[in-house]
Amino acid sequence: MSTSHDEPVVYPFNNAEELALSTAYERARHEEGLLRVRLPYGEPAWLATRYADARLVLGDRRFSRAAAQEHDAPRQSEGRTDAGLLSMDPPDHTRLRTLVTKAFTVQRVERLRPGIRALAEGLVDDMVAAGPPADLVEDFALPLPVAVICRMLGVPEEDRPLFRKWSDDALSTSSLTAEEWEKSREELRAYMAGLVAEHRARPADDLMTALIEARDGTGRLSELELVDLCVGILVAGHETTATQIPNFLLTLLEHPGELARLGEDPERIPAAVEELMRFVPLGMAASFARYATEDVEVGGTLVRAGEPVLVAVGSANRDARRFDSPDILDLGREGNQHLGFGHGVHHCLGAPLARLELQEALRALALRLPGVHLAGDVVWKTEMLVRGPRSMPVGW
Amino acid sequence: MAWRVTVDRGRCMGSGICTALAPGLFRMDGERSHGPDGECAPDEALVDAADSCPAGAITVVEDGRVIGPSD
Repeated sequence: MSTSHDEPVVYPFNNAEELALSTAYERARHEEGLLRVRLPYGEPAWLATRYADARLVLGDRRFSRAAAQEHDAPRQSEGRTDAGLLSMDPPDHTRLRTLVTKAFTVQRVERLRPGIRALAEGLVDDMVAAGPPADLVEDFALPLPVAVICRMLGVPEEDRPLFRKWSDDALSTSSLTAEEWEKSREELRAYMAGLVAEHRARPADDLMTALIEARDGTGRLSELELVDLCVGILVAGHETTATQIPNFLLTLLEHPGELARLGEDPERIPAAVEELMRFVPLGMAASFARYATEDVEVGGTLVRAGEPVLVAVGSANRDARRFDSPDILDLGREGNQHLGFGHGVHHCLGAPLARLELQEALRALALRLPGVHLAGDVVWKTEMLVRGPRSMPVGW
Repeated sequence: MAWRVTVDRGRCMGSGICTALAPGLFRMDGERSHGPDGECAPDEALVDAADSCPAGAITVVEDGRVIGPSD
């Protein structure tokens, strides 16, 4: 069993330029207790790699995200992420999150399906009209969720080149210094504050207006919280979905015939999206450490109060104790309670919207481009919290 | 003024938000949530859970009137 005196293992394990899960995770899952790891920045941490341990840490209030702000938290970049919902605990977290949740419930989001379907089909039609090759990222995967979240929040879509850079920086683990990271964040905040001012002057039927009313009418959030919430919705609202669309297609292309079969039977697409969420380890590494607020035993290790735990959801999703043949992509898998959207109070707020976008993206590709294939080399994102193609040339 | 809580298990997606917000009130039954049985004492955490549920699976009723999710 590991103790906090063990020499920590160098982390992260995954390679940025592929979607494979490092074999180091499988070894860790078979070892007793949690693994001791060290990231490029911050103090050493425990790493939870098993499904049951992951659910415990993510779902138990004895683990705090807010406490990470008071420590030299383990992280991949020098800059610190200290704003937004993911850095808060209940009840502050609940107060802000519930302002936004209603816009993203399954029932509310379902009403957006016809519009999102038309958007996805329109993007594919444009690709076909322009002729192959197309860049799946620039021509399809990015514009789809950007258009959806921009319309929902009330951000001009044509500003995409602007906030794409800030959004990249926000999730970057690269050579950005703490000062550069801070500067980029302040630019994005200033941009959003400008949009908030415009919405105050001219209210609209969108989420930003609703949040402004919550601030100005009931005082439920501060001005900075309002701006950071909008920034969080914009960034989280498109970046991960835009990354998973090409990731899912790449994964399907490694399983010949699967995409065309989905096109023949689109009823299977929702289950396929869940399985792809389980199977594709999006993250470069476990991040956003949880700090124990009291001593808690996790998977045979006594985590002491004040110690951080990182949760490797990509590994938990391949735990053979929970999933049969975990390394096999089974698009019809049943009982698929994966942790791809997290678990507990920080479970992805936008999960219903992300699911719908991923379903409609796959549907449009499967129905209209069943013969889609790679038409050149994938250029990978590097030095980001998430893994996936930066550009992906495709033909059909 | 007792409350009643229902969890629609067909809608529940096991996000674990309710069990984390109100651990004494919700529990995981397998990988789906289970709320308090029968009538229960008023507790704001129940409304928080209903407001936070991404599946919209939790309903809190007071004297026949839905109070969670709140408007």
